[in-house]
Amino acid sequence: MMIQQPPAIRFDRLGQVFRTRSGQTEALRDVSFEVAHHEFLAVLGPSGCGKSTLLRMIAGLLKPTSGQVEVFGMPVTGPRDDIGIVFQKPTLLPWATVEDNVIFPVRHKTGRVSPRERERAQELLAMVGLEGFGTRLPDELSGGMQQRVGIARALHMDPDILLMDEPFSALDALTREVMGFDLLRIFAERPKTVVFITHSVSEAALLADRVLVMSGRPGSVASEHLVPVARPRGPDSMKDPALLDLTADLRDRLMTRAAA
Amino acid sequence: MTQTQSQATAAKPARPAPVRPAPARPVASTAPATAPLDARPFVQRLADLPGLTTGATLIGTLLLWEAAVRLLAIPSYLLPAPSAILSSFTAIGFERWMTHIWSTLRVAILGFALAIVVSVPLAMVMMRSALLSKTLYPLLVIVQSTPVVAIAPIIIVALGAGDLPRVVITTLITFFPLVVSTATGLAATPPELIELSRSLRAPAWREMTQIRLPYAVPYIFSALKISITLAVIGAVVAEFVAAEAGVGFFIQFSTSMFKLPQAWAGLIVLAAMSLTLFQLVVQVQKRVFPWSLPKSEH
Repeated sequence: MMIQQPPAIRFDRLGQVFRTRSGQTEALRDVSFEVAHHEFLAVLGPSGCGKSTLLRMIAGLLKPTSGQVEVFGMPVTGPRDDIGIVFQKPTLLPWATVEDNVIFPVRHKTGRVSPRERERAQELLAMVGLEGFGTRLPDELSGGMQQRVGIARALHMDPDILLMDEPFSALDALTREVMGFDLLRIFAERPKTVVFITHSVSEAALLADRVLVMSGRPGSVASEHLVPVARPRGPDSMKDPALLDLTADLRDRLMTRAAA
Repeated sequence: MTQTQSQATAAKPARPAPVRPAPARPVASTAPATAPLDARPFVQRLADLPGLTTGATLIGTLLLWEAAVRLLAIPSYLLPAPSAILSSFTAIGFERWMTHIWSTLRVAILGFALAIVVSVPLAMVMMRSALLSKTLYPLLVIVQSTPVVAIAPIIIVALGAGDLPRVVITTLITFFPLVVSTATGLAATPPELIELSRSLRAPAWREMTQIRLPYAVPYIFSALKISITLAVIGAVVAEFVAAEAGVGFFIQFSTSMFKLPQAWAGLIVLAAMSLTLFQLVVQVQKRVFPWSLPKSEH
């Protein structure tokens, strides 16, 4: 990245200590990394290594104990408008239709919804492959379809940054793979800066420009890997030797850490 | 989007990628349309008809009851025969019944409504403030654990004649499950949605009205179902203490006059009233908040 502009996200020697009933837990220690504009960064690591905590701090929902987080060159002091979040579970409103769920952020923030915003919701639903499902209730959709609604909801206010917290971990293996390829297509259509938390090695390698491997307790960055596979990527990229090499390497690193 | 459009697109989605063969709905319980001839015995098939088993049980019980009273010559002050109850029921006359029913119904519904109006905001306040919750909760428990029958005379003396003291007694007996359930429901919202709300910097009242309160609806309705039957109890208790009309008053009056079949008739009216009100709450939930029911009850 040669362009002289601040990175989309910058972590500077960040630490996080949680105070719990049994004392203090150090969740993150000395975490420093950057995410460039429109870069897709995957964060890979064992459970409990503070991956989700990273997202919360970018979103401005949690203040770091030490160090700081910058978004577009400005220290994060609270939630911002240009960040969308996709959660591990879809967490849709069960009483609202699919379309109403997509426009929920606007309605919740401003109390109003314009016809233009409804149109946008329709466009997004078409993009995530749910055209014609706008009037259904979440209950009538499969888990994968519900998570698609969750993605459309996060994109509705057209955020510059999208934070995804293990969005496919609750899905079955096949659905998960299909969702991955769809995500590649979606971000090819609308480039975003993405931080994608996962513990699937192949998912990280397929989707990301760069993979960050974290070590656990306290969480810190163990290694960083560029994904040497050109875009656009698709099912064939899975067979790319460079990608296979990277997945093997990533898996080794995670295994040795888990064994240690 | 028009109706036809949505149906057309719904029928053939553009990208039907991850549609799993949804096994979630228990469709199997409703018999398939092309069912083969039912091979089960007639009696078993008859038992499947809705309401039939309930009706049969009821009629059987009544017949047994009538037969027992006649054969064993049970005196009517111990247990009047269904036929005796029925004839005293018709002897009272429609207008007198309506006066009593309306009197009890009015108090029960007003007390129930007042309980809702008090409990839901109270639960919201307790949800928002840990301090208020800590202060109010013990008070609520004290009010709840004091027998309402014991406070009823005091309330009647304090608030005088008329509906007001009776409505207050009814509210006292009904509001506790409502407060507790609503508070539980408001706190049971998925934390992700609260984070979403915070990340949008939405006003706190909208977090309450657009997320927490709808999430509490199933909890509120479980409590409403308990409270509506408690409301009838409350109204009757109040009538026992002081009243000149009402089904509870009628039962007490009939018993004191030793007209037991008449008292039993009042009892049955009261039970019917309770059941109807309960069904009313069930129907409101079904019609207005169908999503709040467990899947099997849709």
